[in-house]
Amino acid sequence: MNMQGTKLADYGFNTLSVHAGAAPDPTTGARATPIYQTTSYVFDDVDHAASLFGLQQFGNIYTRIGNPTQAVLEERVAALEGGTAALAAASGHGAQLLCFHSLMQPGDEFIASRQLYGGSVNQFGQAFKNFGWNVKWADGRDPESFRRLVHAKTKAIFIESIANPGGVVIDIEAISAVAREAGIPLIVDNTLATPYLVRPIEWGADIVLHSMTKFLGGHGNSIGGMIVDAGTFDWSRTKKYPMLSEPCPSYHGIKMHETFGDMAFAITCRVLGLRDLGPAISPFNAYLLLTGIETLPLRMQKHCENARAVAQHLSRHPKVSWVSYANLPNDPCYGLAQTYCPKGAGAVFTFGVRGGYEAGVKLVNSVKLFSHLANVGDTRSLIIHPASTTHRQLTDDQKTHAGAGPDVVRVSIGIEDVADIISDLDQGLAA
Amino acid sequence: MPEYSDDVIKKVLGSVKTIAIVGVSASEAKPSHFVMKYMQGKRYRCIPVNPGLAGKTLLGETVYPDLKSIPFPVDMVDIFRNSEAAGQVSDDAVAIGAKVVWMQLGVVNAAAAARAESAGLTVIMDRCPKMEYSRFSGEFGWVGRNSRIIDNRRKILGAGRAALARDAIGKGKGTL
Repeated sequence: MNMQGTKLADYGFNTLSVHAGAAPDPTTGARATPIYQTTSYVFDDVDHAASLFGLQQFGNIYTRIGNPTQAVLEERVAALEGGTAALAAASGHGAQLLCFHSLMQPGDEFIASRQLYGGSVNQFGQAFKNFGWNVKWADGRDPESFRRLVHAKTKAIFIESIANPGGVVIDIEAISAVAREAGIPLIVDNTLATPYLVRPIEWGADIVLHSMTKFLGGHGNSIGGMIVDAGTFDWSRTKKYPMLSEPCPSYHGIKMHETFGDMAFAITCRVLGLRDLGPAISPFNAYLLLTGIETLPLRMQKHCENARAVAQHLSRHPKVSWVSYANLPNDPCYGLAQTYCPKGAGAVFTFGVRGGYEAGVKLVNSVKLFSHLANVGDTRSLIIHPASTTHRQLTDDQKTHAGAGPDVVRVSIGIEDVADIISDLDQGLAA
Repeated sequence: MPEYSDDVIKKVLGSVKTIAIVGVSASEAKPSHFVMKYMQGKRYRCIPVNPGLAGKTLLGETVYPDLKSIPFPVDMVDIFRNSEAAGQVSDDAVAIGAKVVWMQLGVVNAAAAARAESAGLTVIMDRCPKMEYSRFSGEFGWVGRNSRIIDNRRKILGAGRAALARDAIGKGKGTL
């Protein structure tokens, strides 16, 4: 028995997608996970309440800290990622806030890849600055660029496994070596890949984050985030992470790492982060996301199969100047994609339209099947022109670094018939 | 980390009734204290052992200075000491007729384990009984722990030692 859980030793991925974390309801025998739509939970007696509040016993107190529907979702994703434990949050951004809250003190730094979701670029560069948390930007395609930025105040490295919006595949193992050498955790946002395509913990990630809003939930109906603790990082080796290693004043002096061992990070994010900052997921959203995950492997197969066909088609299209999709043999990321995600490079990619900004705007205005909106990872095919929408707030330099230049169109390929997807793009490009 | 099948651990937790906890702390902030309080809540009788607290009362039980001073039999000895010190405690567990030696997370003493096993005891190392109990009972799932268990029956949750024993016996594993 390997408690680290880094391999799917016991069950296969499809089985875990359907079953992990769920069991028939103890009271009613209900087979589907019930929606526990409640704010609070009764205590057996005063001593039970004291044990729960003191963290001496696990149990439900208040849905801002945990909820039984949410808990099933957490165990499900922890199992799929091969982590020790997980914590759900109201959104991917909420998960990132909780994650960094457990790691950072004012004046601290972390290093992030420039190749990130535009919303993360804003959160790290703008909102986090108000907490005194400073981000330094590295080039996700160059592991050495991370090493050059490490110094005493650096608390973590943050990357996306498959980066939004360009579909760049990141060399997780090489960057994890930099983090290990620096004695800091590697955080990997695995939203676009999902554990079906990439399992970052197997490549050295210490923490895995998700916006479940995307492929995990998969149906474009619920916002949610997740933090997965790999259980691999030694938080007590130094005093760099006082919330984990030092006595905690709001829990009568317990030390989180000493007490909770290989799930200390997930517990800290819950009992110090979620408890005090509040971005809790709703039980109903947890239920919808859980239901979505049951079909994750099936959907991802279809998403990837469709995306590959659409990318191949566009790469030969006269109105398209380039396609950035790591499953195309001439893509600069093709080699990394073969290593990290041999089952497919996901379903989100970008391409350049001849005619620049105006041509991009025209395409998104002309499609009939694709939905023009700011999300990815829906069953439906989605399209957006980042320069005029998601990445509008960034400077021109930031736009280009983030893979969101004026001619760039981003698509998230759905699970419709691929012929319909292709013909919609063709008519849109012809318009 | 030593490997143990779920069945072995379940059989231990389903069969022992009295647990001596060696090295238990009087501080509410320490994991050893958590474990004792938690296991008491699951209807195990826990006997605190700590020479520094001998004669005092901890969580309603008299503290003994060492295993040999406990005037009645114990089924299991749970060791909150470092790996080296665990050797002598394990040998004492054999001497007092315990059936199980359990060394906490991070505590491994292979030589002592071999001596205890050759005397007929079951030995678990580098595990926490509270965590294992939580894993089998389903309580661990409440904090998003990856239990690595898929079960098609209702979980027993906080039902206590007797329920775990029934569960182990129900699978034909019997008692120790």
